Amino acid sequence: MTSSTAPAERSVRSRIWRTAGLPILSILLGLLVGAVVILGSELLLPDHTFDWTLPITAYRALIQGSIGSVNSIINTLVETVPLVLAGLSVALGFKAGLFNIGAQGQFLIGALGAVTVGVAMAGQPPILAISVATLAGFLAGAAWGFIPGILKAVSGAHEVVTTIMLNYIAISVLAWAVSGPLKVPGSPSPITHDVGNAALPILVGSTGHLGILIALGMVAAVSWLLFRTTLGFEIRTVGANPDAARYAGMRPKRLIVLTMSACGALAGLAGACIVLGVTHSMTSAFGTTVGFDAIAVALLARSNPVGVIFSGLLFGAMRAGSGLMQIEAGIPPELIDVVQAMILLFLVIGPVLTRVLRLRGVSGNLGATETITRTYGKEAVS
Amino acid sequence: MTDPVELVRAPALEMSGITKRYPGVVANDHIDLEVRPGEIHALLGENGAGKTTLMNILYGLARPDEGVIRLDGKPVQISGPSDAIARGINMVHQHFMLVPVFTVAENILLGDETMANPIFLDRKESSRRIRELGSRFGFEIDPDAKVGSLSVGWQQRVEILKALYRNARILVLDEPTAVLTPQETEEIFDVLRKLAAQGHSILFISHKLYEVLEIADRITIIRRGKVVGERIPAKTDEADLAELMVGRAVELTVERGESHPAGSILKVTDLDVTDDRGNAAVRGVDLEVRAGEILGVAGVAGNGQDELVEAIIGLRKVAGGRIELAGKDVTANTPRTMNEAGVAYVPADRHRFGLVLPFTLADNMVLTSYYRPPFAHGVLRDFAAIDEAASAGIAKYDVRAPSPNVPAGTLSGGNQQKLVVAREFDRDLKLLILDQPTRGLDVGSIEFIHRQAIRMRNEGTAILLVSAELDEVLEISDRIAIMYRGAIVATVDGRTADKNEVGLLMATGGASREDDGPAGPTGPAGVAGATR
Amino acid sequence: MDQLITGLYGIPVVGFVLQFAGYLVAVLPQNASIILQSAVPIALAALCGVMCERSGVVNIGIEGMMLTAAFVGWIVGVVLAPILPADPSPIFGLTPALIIAFVFAVLSAVAVALLHAWLSISVRADQIISGTIINILAAGLTAYLYTIVSQGSPESAGYFPPFVPPSAITSLPVIGWIIAMFFNQGPIAMSLIVIVVGFQIWLFRSRWGLRSRAVGEHPKAAETVGIDVIRLRYMNVLYGGVLAGLAGAYLTMEASNSFQAGMTGGRGFIGLAAMIVGRWTPLGAFGAALLFSSSQSLGQIIKFAPPSGDVGTTLLSIPGQFYDALPYLVTIIVLAGFVGRSIPPAADGQPYEREAAT
Repeated sequence: MTSSTAPAERSVRSRIWRTAGLPILSILLGLLVGAVVILGSELLLPDHTFDWTLPITAYRALIQGSIGSVNSIINTLVETVPLVLAGLSVALGFKAGLFNIGAQGQFLIGALGAVTVGVAMAGQPPILAISVATLAGFLAGAAWGFIPGILKAVSGAHEVVTTIMLNYIAISVLAWAVSGPLKVPGSPSPITHDVGNAALPILVGSTGHLGILIALGMVAAVSWLLFRTTLGFEIRTVGANPDAARYAGMRPKRLIVLTMSACGALAGLAGACIVLGVTHSMTSAFGTTVGFDAIAVALLARSNPVGVIFSGLLFGAMRAGSGLMQIEAGIPPELIDVVQAMILLFLVIGPVLTRVLRLRGVSGNLGATETITRTYGKEAVS
Repeated sequence: MTDPVELVRAPALEMSGITKRYPGVVANDHIDLEVRPGEIHALLGENGAGKTTLMNILYGLARPDEGVIRLDGKPVQISGPSDAIARGINMVHQHFMLVPVFTVAENILLGDETMANPIFLDRKESSRRIRELGSRFGFEIDPDAKVGSLSVGWQQRVEILKALYRNARILVLDEPTAVLTPQETEEIFDVLRKLAAQGHSILFISHKLYEVLEIADRITIIRRGKVVGERIPAKTDEADLAELMVGRAVELTVERGESHPAGSILKVTDLDVTDDRGNAAVRGVDLEVRAGEILGVAGVAGNGQDELVEAIIGLRKVAGGRIELAGKDVTANTPRTMNEAGVAYVPADRHRFGLVLPFTLADNMVLTSYYRPPFAHGVLRDFAAIDEAASAGIAKYDVRAPSPNVPAGTLSGGNQQKLVVAREFDRDLKLLILDQPTRGLDVGSIEFIHRQAIRMRNEGTAILLVSAELDEVLEISDRIAIMYRGAIVATVDGRTADKNEVGLLMATGGASREDDGPAGPTGPAGVAGATR
Repeated sequence: MDQLITGLYGIPVVGFVLQFAGYLVAVLPQNASIILQSAVPIALAALCGVMCERSGVVNIGIEGMMLTAAFVGWIVGVVLAPILPADPSPIFGLTPALIIAFVFAVLSAVAVALLHAWLSISVRADQIISGTIINILAAGLTAYLYTIVSQGSPESAGYFPPFVPPSAITSLPVIGWIIAMFFNQGPIAMSLIVIVVGFQIWLFRSRWGLRSRAVGEHPKAAETVGIDVIRLRYMNVLYGGVLAGLAGAYLTMEASNSFQAGMTGGRGFIGLAAMIVGRWTPLGAFGAALLFSSSQSLGQIIKFAPPSGDVGTTLLSIPGQFYDALPYLVTIIVLAGFVGRSIPPAADGQPYEREAAT
């Protein structure tokens, strides 16, 4: 190595360490707490013999189930698809100063839109059926995102409360649709028809569907939008300083509605990918935790679209491996939620962590989330 | 003033060798300061000279790294505001420390409540004490008035009452006149003189030379965290103080030269604008700015200036009337179309409106033009063109920054304002609107911005200057319009205007003294103003 | 009560409005005690919000605090019931196990509140992000532990049954239903009205209230008169934790005797909406909570006592899922109408930094 390239390399490494240091540390600490929780929960089962190695067994199964074989890697990719799309949804919102806790509801409504159109077009040529059904999911999600957007722009109702309410309403809408208009007549339990030709084609293995490419394409699209286009500049300006955006001739209200709809569309697409790529039909049990997962994905990626791929893969792997973990170690998959929340907790206390652990050159900043609380309870931006 | 009797008494307050370091800067460097009982002592220094740090140390809000504070000759450690208050030190902050939605009584009580029993407040008793205290110093005040509805002059009195309620012996006032009219200033000075005569010690912080000369018994001047001199008003003058304060001989006024106004650029006719709550804020304003002149709008803050400016640049809807730009009707315009029509605007609050602090200088340079060539082609941004323009603007307007790609938030206040100026000044302009363009800046930056404004004027730009700092309006305006309760009550020549006359118009709108406006009640009429 | 009626009149059920209103006037007082019961967790959550936000801390994590308390109250009862067997006392069916479980429930919410206080006051993290993390953590942890514990089909420690006032009193004309509403209740629901009124007076008449409001409006001003902003904010967030703990304990120890994953069902967030609609006052928040809980109870009421005639047929033909969604729908609509006209404390959500930079 020549002396002239060394500093350049070191600076690249230090930049990576700067941005990735805290997320990596948080992941490790999150897993550590998860291990403690596993040990602690053993105490709750009186007839259970205490096993010190249970966390290791559990994590080994988790890894085995997520990257242990070609099949499990493909499963991880499939689990990652909705996380990346919904994670992008939340990250895009953060960039505009919006906190989209509604990815959950947008996902459900997007899936409902996709299954409705998919069933109707089940007999059409695949290319037509797939694109129209996917688009339906995209648009249905956008419509569900439009509601909190317009409410915030017009009345100032903070999206954190309205999107949560809409999540619950989405569950009711879905339950009604599946047991009512979409129900297969004569079926004993509420279930829709199969989407037939609208099902996404399998690209790799037995489950790796087209959604993998859709997710990657959306990452590229959102990156391009945010950082290359004037619209992206406007979105980021509104997120960083809505007053300055107004002064600069941008229209914050319009941008809020637009961005919230785009967030909804991305989450809706996630729903479409699941219903068209994995389940192919919908029952009243169709549910998800993707909304909360997406928040973790976006925060861990510091709202960076490319970062969303990595954090999505991490949580996708955990979801994919959780099944084997349950079988081999008897650990309920909800442990993943705990680990995920702990990772977020360590991320948020980043400034404290870097100080206490004396980590030099690591940024403790979460990025792009500084303005979330600022608009809370305030009047509409005009 | 330098009564020998007072000289033998120990100073009420003595700060010696006070040093405070912040990362990268020594805010206070071995500062010595003493205030005698019954003395009005002025602390003179520029913005950023370290006055506020010193006061925070005195008030226990910051710990000194070195140095001793003595009260009546005894060294003390001040652990926090409540400790300072307990020792008789009280402060009236530059930005009032009043809760607008609280009543006068609640504001005064806060932290030192009169209790009816261990849990509940005794409102009757506290109201009685407040009335009594007010009348002792010659102003009657309604303890149940909401502070947010009072004029700034009366809010200042509430601040002073708050200190007196706590038996202040040493009263510190940080830039108390910044938002007052000359008449209100005079009234506050009367109150301060009364307090001093009763034995209170007063530390008066300011950067206004003539004020310090008028009110102080003694003046300590600090610059860049160091004491650079002490003067007695009788033995100094403004030029001497200015040189001490800035560190070089300064021209106290920028040479504005003659103006040669040409055709009408901005014409505002019978304009009505409402505020956020739907109340009339601008009423029937007529205004004209011609090419090559500076029209200053003077007025106490909150008399409709903000709404006027926002209406002109298209940020706020017009309720009635007409705005013309170079003969064209622009009443229904938006910020963007006004910008494209050659109107630039330097906002009062650069952090809120002027800049996006986490963004780079380059992004801030194109904040209003990011969408048009050469900075964008279609929807795509052109980063090469943006960087080039940013580098050029930064060089031309002397913005001190390591590169155009650092966040604007890392710059000092003066450099941030220069960045805004660089963006707004550096293109073909018809009209330039300056809203409090120098608030909080150091003398060098103020001079720079005033010179640039005059240069723009001489090049034929029409300039509308809005400022609550009467001195600034008087200094560079060719004509001055005085705004009171949403209306222009008079327009006077900027070169011959008399400060007191303008101040009186700002405070009363030129009507008789019985007109008790919320903007500036004076004399006995103020009592009524305070009750509403 | 007026506010409740006017609020319901505002629900846009096209046509039938007058008949429907008449039905409501008749049926709501009859069910007043049920409505108050479903209002309890919402109102306590709203009071928790008022407590925190009046001193400047936004608390989105109420939901998580409630869920934690609900789970802890239930699990401690489950563990203690076999260890401390006792006959329920005639007053509210108290047993030692229940009392200890109740104390632990409240303390657990206070512990979560302490985490929120630390994150938002000391670490100065974004307060909404902090609250969200608390919600995710509580949801994950309680669901995980519940799955593990429920493998052993545990026996609950029971619950606080309601006090039954003599029917002679509750059947009194005009005021009878009011007595039933407030006294035909368990201990937590019965104490709600006392908490609401006490909090209202405390907030606006006491030294603590004056200081808390000052800290939420203008913390710097409070600090300059010697008030410890940080300490007061911590204390109030912890008090808020007590209220959220009561709300959570109510769910598993008074309204039912069992736990379910995610059983709070967004009530913490509805509580926040009630706080905003109630203009950050305890009484107002209580009124708004009654409004929301009425919409929640409406589905059941219509199912069991439908109005006669056309209105009844129409109401019964609406799918049940609509009534499930109704409280959330009402919350959104009312919130959208109120925000902007309801002004939050000026420093709400802003972390306070003590020492001035220069």
